[in-house]
Amino acid sequence: MELCDYSALEMVRLLRAGEVSAVDLLDSALSRIEAVDGRAGSLEPGEITTEDRMRVHSFITLTADRARARAQAVDKALAAGEEPGLLAGVPVSIKDIFCVKGTPSTAASRILSTFVAPYSATPAVRMEQAGAVIVGKANLDEYTYGSSNESSAFQPSPRNPWNLDRVPGGSSGGSATSVASGEVALSLGTDTAGSIRQPAAFCGVVGVKPTYGRVSRYGLIAFGSSLDCPGPLARSVSDAALMLQVISGPDRHDSTAANVLVDDYLANIEKGVKGLRIGLSPDYFQISFPDPLTGEYHQQAVPDEIESPVRRAAQLLKEMGAEVIEDVPMPNTRYGIPAYFVISRVEAASNLHRFDGVKYGYRTARPVRDLSELYRRTRGEGFGAQPKLRILMGMYVSAAQYSEQYYRRALQVRSLIRRDFDQVFDPNGKYRLDALLTPTTPTAAFELGAVYGDSVLMQYADQLTVPANHAGVPGISLPAGLDSQGLPLSIQLLGRDFSEAILLRIGRAYEQATTQDDWRNVRPAVLRH
Amino acid sequence: MSDPITPEIFDHLVQLAALELSGEEAEYIRRQLNNQLKAIHELEAIPLDNSVAITSHGVPYTADTSPAPRPDEWIPYPDVDAILVQAPEVEDRYIVVPDIPHTTLE
Repeated sequence: MELCDYSALEMVRLLRAGEVSAVDLLDSALSRIEAVDGRAGSLEPGEITTEDRMRVHSFITLTADRARARAQAVDKALAAGEEPGLLAGVPVSIKDIFCVKGTPSTAASRILSTFVAPYSATPAVRMEQAGAVIVGKANLDEYTYGSSNESSAFQPSPRNPWNLDRVPGGSSGGSATSVASGEVALSLGTDTAGSIRQPAAFCGVVGVKPTYGRVSRYGLIAFGSSLDCPGPLARSVSDAALMLQVISGPDRHDSTAANVLVDDYLANIEKGVKGLRIGLSPDYFQISFPDPLTGEYHQQAVPDEIESPVRRAAQLLKEMGAEVIEDVPMPNTRYGIPAYFVISRVEAASNLHRFDGVKYGYRTARPVRDLSELYRRTRGEGFGAQPKLRILMGMYVSAAQYSEQYYRRALQVRSLIRRDFDQVFDPNGKYRLDALLTPTTPTAAFELGAVYGDSVLMQYADQLTVPANHAGVPGISLPAGLDSQGLPLSIQLLGRDFSEAILLRIGRAYEQATTQDDWRNVRPAVLRH
Repeated sequence: MSDPITPEIFDHLVQLAALELSGEEAEYIRRQLNNQLKAIHELEAIPLDNSVAITSHGVPYTADTSPAPRPDEWIPYPDVDAILVQAPEVEDRYIVVPDIPHTTLE
């Protein structure tokens, strides 16, 4: 075990005790990156080589010099007896959908490939103010539009550290691979339909989608403005809690950052689950998907390998004093994806109109007759297929003649999804749940190339995570074992608005109950020498 | 079932979206859009009446949880050059664009 494999909490403890310096921590992270990452994603990658297939490719941009200056500043502050912050010296990555001052901030898109952010996103600012050392900008699906990272304009795209022929999930894929392979201790991701929880699940790490409004979106390149949630990826629940503590809270730059007191997430994390009410819903043990030819819906149970970690977690939590409530109805779960196809596309189309080759970013090099042609050529060359698909769908379903049929209906369905959560979390209701326990994903990590290109099937990878985005409620994905092929399995906890402290507490209890499990000692393939 | 997004509707959308697509790309995207619409049609199976309000944010915002609006004051940006330097073409601190086409409104 090297320094870079320690938890963030342990790194901070060692730093404060004077046993290591922030520069030591950075050097350890950089040598891990050197060992496992391979070349960074680029717009002109050429052929993907055998060597490329043996690396994880978490990053679009490494910021080693900037990181070294930050690490030295942390060491200097410590030497001067100053308070270095909650994340002092901890190497972190930032999903390249966030602006970080002075760094290329690309959204994994050609159209922003030349953009260098003139300011930093609020969560990134808060992490740096707390002493975190940003070592690089992590790769993602272009504009976050995907669940596998294959849509990034910057190739090679990230590969799953547990099996390099598998996808890491997405869209925060580089965030998940960088944490899972020990390149960083923490990563800042975003979750619009599951983009933190799904890659966390596929890569065997912890991912938290906070309540909408818990973490500021200022400086986040927007996708679905009513759905986007920045949040942490970490290797342990306590590390996720530590990072969430730092990034949460109101922000004068974001009027949707709620004026709600931030709990002390670590203070009560060891309190256990005695007396908490945890629900299981049959609606989260089945998946629905449309036939690609007829559009007809099929429903089937999730595979046993996906369901059994959830059942076992329920049993363990019960043994620790939680009350497990079965058969909790969440009847509108299956409509999460169809509603998301509408709502997220309308918001994406609106947000993507600003990229025009005029103010910043890529501009076509071809001659143009007039401004309209400049827009069309710039956007045609600058956007990949996924942004184009989302713009066009968003415009179609919000057009005057269709919006009643599609957009308004989807927003009504969103109310029904929210109502499902309100009813089961109502403290005076029938179920009075503190959390709902579910699988995070319907499958483990799928093979590279197996789904990419089918935009419908790819979207259905998010069907157990997207309801929480519609409802705005918080969720956490936890590693829960390995399947027969050695791929990470996961469980998900969903809670009422701003109940992150309770979810983290349950997560920590589950983590403790499974400390002795054999799978806890298995390392990702890329780290086995 | 014929495709709701016909080539004609698609071309109109592409025009409105200020995009330029290759033939192959257009074919792929139109096919995917029609496939996505099939998934979206699942929403039509849900019994809904006008009593179901729309939700534009999942989490309700109250007077207590909504940050107070800021005073409507102009705050000069400290480093205008850092923004201007991002523009693909600048002349004398003006952003340069090609001619703006004239359109006659119908």
